[in-house]
Amino acid sequence: MTLDGLIDERPRTELLDEYAKREIRRAMLSAVAIPGYQVPFGSREMPVARGWGSGGLQVTLATVHREDVVKVIDQGDDDGVNAVNLRRLVTSSTGARETSVAAEATVVQSRHRVPEDGLDENTVLVLQVPVPEPLRGVERDMRELARMHAEADYSRMWVSLYEDKVRNGVITQSTGYPCLVDGRYVAATTPIPRWDIPRLHDAPFLTLFGAGREKRIYAIPPYTDVEPLTFEDVPFEVEDADGACCALCGSRESFLVSLPGAPTWLCSDTDWCRRRREPSA
Amino acid sequence: MSGAFGERRFEVARLRVPEWLLEVRGLGKSYGPHDDAVIASTGPQAGTAKSPLNGSVVAAWDVSFAVAAGEALGIVGESGSGKTTVLRCLAGDTAPTAGQANIRLPDGIVSLFEVAPAERRRLRIDTVSVVYQDPAEGLKLNVTAGGNIAEPLTAAGWRNFGKIRSRAEELLARTEVPLNRMDDLVRSFSGGMKQRVQIAKALANSPSVVLFDEPTTGLDASVAAGVLDLIRSLLEEHRIAAVVVSHDFSVIEMLTQRCLVMQHGRVVESALTDQLLEDPHHPYTQRLVAAARA
Repeated sequence: MTLDGLIDERPRTELLDEYAKREIRRAMLSAVAIPGYQVPFGSREMPVARGWGSGGLQVTLATVHREDVVKVIDQGDDDGVNAVNLRRLVTSSTGARETSVAAEATVVQSRHRVPEDGLDENTVLVLQVPVPEPLRGVERDMRELARMHAEADYSRMWVSLYEDKVRNGVITQSTGYPCLVDGRYVAATTPIPRWDIPRLHDAPFLTLFGAGREKRIYAIPPYTDVEPLTFEDVPFEVEDADGACCALCGSRESFLVSLPGAPTWLCSDTDWCRRRREPSA
Repeated sequence: MSGAFGERRFEVARLRVPEWLLEVRGLGKSYGPHDDAVIASTGPQAGTAKSPLNGSVVAAWDVSFAVAAGEALGIVGESGSGKTTVLRCLAGDTAPTAGQANIRLPDGIVSLFEVAPAERRRLRIDTVSVVYQDPAEGLKLNVTAGGNIAEPLTAAGWRNFGKIRSRAEELLARTEVPLNRMDDLVRSFSGGMKQRVQIAKALANSPSVVLFDEPTTGLDASVAAGVLDLIRSLLEEHRIAAVVVSHDFSVIEMLTQRCLVMQHGRVVESALTDQLLEDPHHPYTQRLVAAARA
């Protein structure tokens, strides 16, 4: 059978053609094979602008099958405008079903959050990444960056952590905290908060990071070590809202966000919060 | 080496070297194609480093020396004489055209120009340090003094914030940088203080070889004197093999025991520093010494 014979020439509704899917899947396979390593890929034009999740969308579209169940969140919220539109794009293009319950989903596309529960070995988590390069803040030269990764020369990353601690007394970097993946590559866990980082360590699910504008895909395979960079005597800490609890469900054990202008906190993961309040649902 | 100037004395000087830490043999750097005729068309006799045959610049050629622990070797010459080229080749900033450089480590001898680039950079972290004329080359100006010192320490595997802090404090105290400036950006420092921070950074991992490239040239006279005092006492304290490149004989006189004189990319004379100053043989050295004494 020739390659041409494999190509289905019938008109299709999907956003990505088979060539694009194949290329993105190859990049994803490379990324899984080398945890934390940023694999370049030919980022396609998407019906969303660069910076609005075009990378995550391409990864999702190349992953999702008609029988998949898709959950898309923006800031932990299933009903955010961006989340709704991306979900509609994915389901209409691929025929997959949609859900807001993480445990039902086989593919979760997210910006900013890892859902509070329900991710298991059957889930693929896709993160939309604005800046895939963890060293971008300390070096701009692409060749130098490539060299630093190749030689695992991360001393300047450590210097930036040192500087952060010296200037502010604590490590202030919140989202995109640099982590050593599988003991080899430092990867940006952008854009999730520090809160979610311990949950990536030795996680049962596959995490795929897609950066559309920067044209990079990287991955954390299931059960991989993810170690936030931190000094031996400065323990890694997650965000702490000091006694705050969710105004709706009363949770103290979830990631909370504050309402602008009010001393009120809410669960960032809206579906998790809803299920706590309606146990029957 | 050209002519008979100083060769006899160089042999005498070598006898005083117990065991070298840094050995350089036949180091050469040519910008452009070179063959024997091109090399022969440059140098002190030709009066130029740029070959009239093909325009190649032979910045340095046939430079050999050895430095022992606790010893400082000077390389002196006017600008364009090739002394900084020699240093940059040793530092790994420039690829040499010819020659060898060996470093003696506790577990054997490493050939600087033959090891892989990654290994080379590793040597730069804990074995060979460089103090540049321009602090901007050796330091990150938008990083604090402590952060600059943390860089070689973290590169060498230090992961304890408290220990990094105390090591940086120790080094800054040793190089006489006020500790209340430790958390200020190096950009805000005076020239002399930047140079002190650069020296502290160079000493962070107790290297066995330190290369100084015109360490005081950018400083005014009184500040330069202080930095020179500091370098001299550091060289006495630590068993470092140092190479000091300078156009200024007073710097060479203060810091080094032996020195090479370079002109148009060649070594024209080499001797013990005090002998060279008392009794310079080569006419070029005589001019340099006369200029320094003026």
